[in-house]
Parts: sequence; C-alpha cells; structure tokens
Amino acid sequence: MPANLKDQAVHAVELARKAGAEDAWANANQSRDVEFEYRDGALEKVKDTTSRTLGVKIYADGRYSSHQTTDLNPERLGGFINEAVAITRALEPDDYRKITPEELFANRPTDDLDLVDTTVAVLDRDQRLAWCEALDTVSTGHDRVISATAGVYDGTQQSASASSNGFVGSQESTYCWFGSSVTLRDAGDKRAEDGFYAGGAHVEDLPDAAAVGQVALDRALSRLDSEKGPSVKTAMIVDSRAAASLIGRLMRPANAGSVQQGRSFWAPLIGEQAFSDKLTIVDDPLIKRGLASRHYDSEGISAKALPIVENGVVKNIYVDTYYGRKGDMAPTTGSASNRRIALGEQSLVQLLAAVGNGVYVTSWLGGNADSTTGDFSLGLRGHMVENGQIGRPVGEMNVTGNLKDLFGKLEMVGNDPYPYSSTLAPSLVFVDVDFSGA
Amino acid sequence: MTIKRRQFLGHMAAGSAVLTVPAFLSGCSIQQATAVTDPTPENPFMDWFGVDQATVAKVMSELTANGADAADLYFQHSRSNSLSLEDGIVSNANSNIRQGVGLRVVIGEQTGYAFTEDLTLPSMLAAARTASAIANGSRTVAPQSFTPKDMGGLYTTTVPWADVGIDQKLPVLKYIEKQAKAKDPAVDKVSVYWADSDERVMIATLDGVLVTDHRPMTRATVLVTAKKGDEVQSGYSNIAAREEFGWYTEERLDTMIQEAVDRTMILFDARRPPAGEMPVILAAGASGILLHEAIGHGMEADFNRKGTSIYSDMMGKKVAEPFVTVVDQATIPRERGALNYDDEGNKAGRTVMVENGVLKSYLHDQISAKQYDLQPTGSGRRESYRFAPMPRMSCTFMEDGPHTKEEIIKAVDNGIICETFTNGQVQIGAGDYTFYVKNGWLVEGGRVTAPIKDVNIIGNGPESLKRITMVANDARLDTGGWTCGKNGQSVPVSQGIPTVLVSNMTVGGENAS
Repeated sequence: MPANLKDQAVHAVELARKAGAEDAWANANQSRDVEFEYRDGALEKVKDTTSRTLGVKIYADGRYSSHQTTDLNPERLGGFINEAVAITRALEPDDYRKITPEELFANRPTDDLDLVDTTVAVLDRDQRLAWCEALDTVSTGHDRVISATAGVYDGTQQSASASSNGFVGSQESTYCWFGSSVTLRDAGDKRAEDGFYAGGAHVEDLPDAAAVGQVALDRALSRLDSEKGPSVKTAMIVDSRAAASLIGRLMRPANAGSVQQGRSFWAPLIGEQAFSDKLTIVDDPLIKRGLASRHYDSEGISAKALPIVENGVVKNIYVDTYYGRKGDMAPTTGSASNRRIALGEQSLVQLLAAVGNGVYVTSWLGGNADSTTGDFSLGLRGHMVENGQIGRPVGEMNVTGNLKDLFGKLEMVGNDPYPYSSTLAPSLVFVDVDFSGA
Repeated sequence: MTIKRRQFLGHMAAGSAVLTVPAFLSGCSIQQATAVTDPTPENPFMDWFGVDQATVAKVMSELTANGADAADLYFQHSRSNSLSLEDGIVSNANSNIRQGVGLRVVIGEQTGYAFTEDLTLPSMLAAARTASAIANGSRTVAPQSFTPKDMGGLYTTTVPWADVGIDQKLPVLKYIEKQAKAKDPAVDKVSVYWADSDERVMIATLDGVLVTDHRPMTRATVLVTAKKGDEVQSGYSNIAAREEFGWYTEERLDTMIQEAVDRTMILFDARRPPAGEMPVILAAGASGILLHEAIGHGMEADFNRKGTSIYSDMMGKKVAEPFVTVVDQATIPRERGALNYDDEGNKAGRTVMVENGVLKSYLHDQISAKQYDLQPTGSGRRESYRFAPMPRMSCTFMEDGPHTKEEIIKAVDNGIICETFTNGQVQIGAGDYTFYVKNGWLVEGGRVTAPIKDVNIIGNGPESLKRITMVANDARLDTGGWTCGKNGQSVPVSQGIPTVLVSNMTVGGENAS
C-alpha cells in the first residue's frame, strides 16, 4: 500500500476543513488493470492502465454533497475542494445528512482476509499469453467453432479513506480472472454461443486454463439446436451461476433507501416469515479471499456478518447511516459484501432426479423486476428436464411472476455454491413457475 | 479570446455554484463559451489540455515506434453534475471530473491500448510505450503537426453547463415535484434526479488530423410512488438531450411529469397478459428498443468481421418486407445519441442498415472498415479515454411505412401493445433478444381493452424482422435517456419507430391454471 494514498485522503480532508466544511470524508483510489484478449490463435488486444481517483464527501452548514476527480494536480486540488464546499452550501439543509458516527468505526476487524497475491503484480506477458493459448486450444480446429475469444484480466486495487472525525483506513486487493467465449455454427444463420470465466484474488486458486476453456466450449455445444420450449406452469431448476444473479435481483430493494422511499416490496416483510424456510442468506464481509471481503464499508462502518434472511424470516436489510436516520432504522451497512446462501445436501443431479420434470435454467436474458411490487419477468436459456434428466436445449422463453411469491415456492437448495461470484448461491428448485414459450 | 486551461480551472468553482458566489461570475464563463465554439488558430482545446502540436507529435511518434496501421490520442475532459430531490428537499449533489488521454495503436486486427490521467509529457510517453508493445515492427512515420477539422454544429450551446448554478437548477427540481404531487391525490412520494455534463474531446490521429468536439448532455428523471390503501405502485419518466438549460421549458417538463404519473396510476389497474406467442404492437417512439436489440447490435461490424453475429452472412439479402427501412443516424441535432465526429475522429453520419427490406450496411469502425475495404461509417465510439473504441449505434430508428396506427390495432384479434420500456438485451449469435415492457395494453377483437404491466418479451432478431407485417406513418424518436452497454462500455443512444405490428413474439405472462 503506497503511503501516499493515505496522505492524499488525509490532505483532502484538511483542505475541506480549511475551506469551511465542518466534516469531510475523503477516499483515494488507485488501480492497475491489465487485459489480454486472444482470438482464434492470435493476440488481439492488450490494455495496460493505471488509474487514480480522489473522492470527497462534504458536510457544511447542515448540507451535504460528494465529488470525484481524476485530476490530482496539487495546484488544482485546492480549487476542486473549494468548489465542492461552495456547491454544498448551495443545497438545502438536511438534518439527516451527517458524517458516520465514530461509534460505527469501533471494533474494526483485523482478520487477515488474504486479499493480496503479490504474484499478480509481477505477472508477465508470457504467462498471460500461455493462459490465453491454453484457454483457446480446445476450441482451435473444432469443426463447429466460428470464433473463440480468450481473455485474461488481472490487476491490483488500492484505496485509502480518511475522515474529519478520526477515521483512517486502507484496503488493497488483487484479482486475476480468465476464461473464454465461444461461438459455434448452428442451424441456418444461427450461432450457438456461451462462455465461462473463473477468477479470484489469488493466482494459485485459479483452475486449469485448458479446463476453463473446455467448460466454455461445452456450454456453447450444449446450446446447439436450441428451440423454443412450451408455455407451461412447472418446476424451475436454476443452476448455481444463474441462481447468483436471481438472488441479486431478489435483494436489490432490500435496503433502507428503497424502504424509506416506499419503493421496496421488502418493507412489510421485515421480521416476517417472508420466504420459504429453505432460504437463508448471510452477508459476510470476512470470508478469506472472498471476492467482496472488506474490513469496513464505504462509510467506514466496521464489517461484520449480517443475517439477512434466516429460514425464510427477514432479519435485516442493508441500512446506511443516512436512510437509517431518516427511516428510524439502526445502520447495518449500506452495501452488500459477499453473500452466503445456506446449502442443502443434494447435488444438481440429485435435485434434477427429485424434480422429475421441469425447466433447467442456465442463464438469463434481459428482463427486469419492479422493486416496489416484486413483479418480474425474465428471459431465459436452459434445457427441458424430463424424467430427472437434462433434455433438449430451450431458449426464447420467459419466466414471469412475483419475487416474493417465487422465493416462497423455493422447494430445494443444492450443495454446489457458485465460487466465481460474491453471491455464493447453490442450485435452486422452485415449484409452480409460469413459463412462456411456444 | 482564448482562456488558458489553468486560468479557467481557477474560475470553475464559481461556474458551478454560480449565483451563490456572485463575485466570481460571468466574465470568464462567457469567454470560455466563445473559446469553445469559435476555435482560433491556436487551438483552444490544445490549451485546455495543456499540450501543443509538438507534444502531441512526440507522443504519437512514441506510440507508433513499433509500427502501426492506425493510431490515435483521445484527450477527454468531462465534468458531470447531478442533483437529487427526495422528500421535498434537494439535499444531495455530486460532481465528477474525468480527465485523461487514451492512446491506441492498431495493427491489422490487433489493438494496443493504454491511458493516463496525468497529462504531462513523461506520463504520456510512458503510456505510449505501453500501448506500442503490441507491435513489433519498424517505426511508422508519425505526423509532425495535426490539422484541425471544422467543429461540427449539431449541439452548439450558448451557455455551457459550467455556467449554470445550482440555484438555477434547484427551482426546476422543486417545480417537478410540486407538479407531480398535484396531478393525483394518490401520489405519495416524488423523487427527482437531475444530471448535466460538459465534455471536451480532442482526437489526434496518425493521419495528421485533429478533431475537437464539445459535447453537452442533460437528463431529468421523475420517479413517482403512489398509494391506494395498502397497495403501492411506482413509475417514472425521463427526458434527455445534448441540450442546455433553456431546453427545460415548463411544457417539456409537464409532459414528462404527466407521463410519470399516468404510468404509475395505471399500474393499479394493470394485470399480466396470458403467457405465450401472440401478435405484438409496438407503440411509436420508445419501441425503437426493438430495433436496437433485434438488429442494431447484430449489425455492429466487429461481430460480423469475427463471424459471430447472426447477420454475418446476410448482407444484400432480403430480411424484411419492402416497407421496412432501418437507419442509424448520428446527425440528428441535439439528440442524446447525436455526434459530430465519432471517437476515432471520423465524421459521424447516416447509415441505412436495412433499405426497403434489404440488408444494406453494417456499422463500421476503422478496423472493420479496413477489413471490408469500405469507408468507416463513423460508428467508432467509446465510453471514455479509459476504453478503446468499437462500432456502436447512435440514433437508431425505422422510417414511416404505409399503414396507420388504427389499421394496425384493428388487425389484431388477441395480442398486446407495448408502450413503455425499461431495458433490453440480445445474444448476438443466436439472435435471441428481449425487452422489458413496463406499461402496455391488451388488444382483443381489434380493440384496446385493458392495461398490462411487467412483461418481458423475447424474440429472434431475423425472425422478428420477417414478421413485421405492418408499419404505420407516425415515426417519432423517443425523448428518454437511453444508455447502451457493450463489453463493459456505456454510451448514450437514442431510438425511435413508428407504430409497428410484429405478427408473433413470445410474451411473458401467466398460464391458465
């Protein structure tokens, strides 16, 4: 961690105080990002960048505003912060806009989250190229492959924060991801396509690159000759990767801002048995090497595990300090970290066998949900399930319903959490779901 | 007169907070507006970024030291401001300054890219060396000077956003809230979000061309929550354009506010349509989202040069009825998707993708144009200096057809009308695409019968084009603030369409139990 990020943040807070702010929060970020893309046997793109941003939040005269800049020229920083304070003063006062109370900084965890792999910073061109080639090998020469693009994405992110009421902190993490996208010749002008990407904070946790390329190719191959499935009410089995995104959709309005603004279907559910007792979700910021692990959140609130849903009962939602004050809720944290979903005991194969017939969803296409009512409608791709077996590929279908009702009909939970998302969701089984197709 | 960048930045504090700090005001900002719209031989954009011809030439030379077919420096400074009103007060503002230069070198289909936010010569040279590492040939002769092209005039402003203070914007937000609350007693909460930005772009290319563009943008959004007993519904509307403050007339705002309230109140009576395949009528305007997803993305030439688009082998073929013409046009003044020049420095233009039912042209950037041996269509766009450009849409629309809206509704026995939308997505290769309908109507026996809500629609691009059986004569562009995402880059776009009938699509709904 370069000391200068911390110094920058502390300096920005001093400048804000000098400019007349009663309180200020500053955040200095730096990242190095490298991207290699390799298509059909040749390197296609190399991007190598270093980026810096400074952000300040200003509290002045009972008013608040936030500002970011990439122009860190010291001669101009003073002007930037003076302006930030001037803008703040032009707004309307709001009693609920206050800097994070110091007590929420207390008990900051000191666990070693192991988020930095020092080998990432010294990855070289040869290593990245070798991964690209390995990812690409399985697709090269395959008679159905029109094009395959392999990619390696790695980097380091560093941030430091400081506040006028004594907060100082810094966080650093590395990442390294790779994978590929494959397009295959299908019937007529159609192309079947899919991809697969794996990654994490540590290079040593990466699976074998050739195996990742194989998964991408297999996923694309499984899409060949896809047809429109039927319009039917039946069971839905969602694979772990698609489940992570569905859980994310469910939880989008689970925050104090949406509730206080009257735009969350979670509002009447707090403390209630809202969903199936098979559903348990914990926000856990302290998972070692977790993709969204942290010691404190963007307001400086010390990290701790937060039960969101316990056996279907809503225990907590995400509450930041502003909407907490305004909506009379105790602050928890304003934003999600890692989300652990309680696992069941069965594998996907066992779940499919138990279900017998239904639709197995492997990915979503578009769609949306109304956060006020929970009404949703989503496009999907997947397979029909017949007699407990994965059958013909289907697409060009929608699933439609209400998120609260859907998660009330969660019947089974798998034992297979998806490792490449900060939402560690297993396969999920829902009953009586409305599908639209042919 | 030309204002040096450093001088201007010294004044910028005043600019954005205007009347609240009157001492700093007007003089400088009026001059700045002049400097931006009326370039002098000493290019004011060069001054703005603190560089000169010699500096740019040195960086270009370093960038092409290992060879290049094409190369460009993309200097950008953008300042975005946002304000929000909740619970009756405007108590949150944000400003965001992004400044940097993106450096790109292209050899065949290979791209090397780097950027720096530090516009000093050593930093730019270091970034140039990083980007040039993709190539391993011999030095390309780089130009010693760069000839400025005329600035375009599609969205010239008299008052830049830097000169519009919060005290001017604040009453507009208050007005929107007051009017929305007055529209219906069931309206419980109103939120208003305001955004404006000024962006300056300067592109120097290996061909020795210097392109400059000043791109304003603004958007206002109103979100309404209404209550009837225990039932809560919310809806929204927004308007966006490359415009200035004076664009926000009461009439324009009132239309937006009425739309937001109407879209919300109708939800109390709306239901889900039956699930499955049926005829779908796309209402004029925002339904242009169909074109964006069903054909627009598939016509972006990067997908086609790689063979990954379902349209890759369809050029010159009949894809729709003769009354279907689909255009992507960046030159419609002040539209959100409008551009004088694309982000590779090519003049943006009008590309007819489908003419009288026949597939005519892809949307090209330089890389694809070279591969197809065509002129670029001016479709190379990027989110910011942090990204390499790629082919993108600007304003995508369908031209008028021979039918009327009334004829189209009469022709449908059991189907739906789609009216407002939130989002869409497409799979380029399979051609499957979706869009999410927030508000619409059931059509039964040739008559509009009941409101519907929250329906995802899914279809296949080429199949849907073939199934466009009627096109009305009421084409219009949507006024909403659409943003298109592709490979992690977001760019502003516009879309439009006349009333259209697609004879069969799959509608997300409920199955009879």
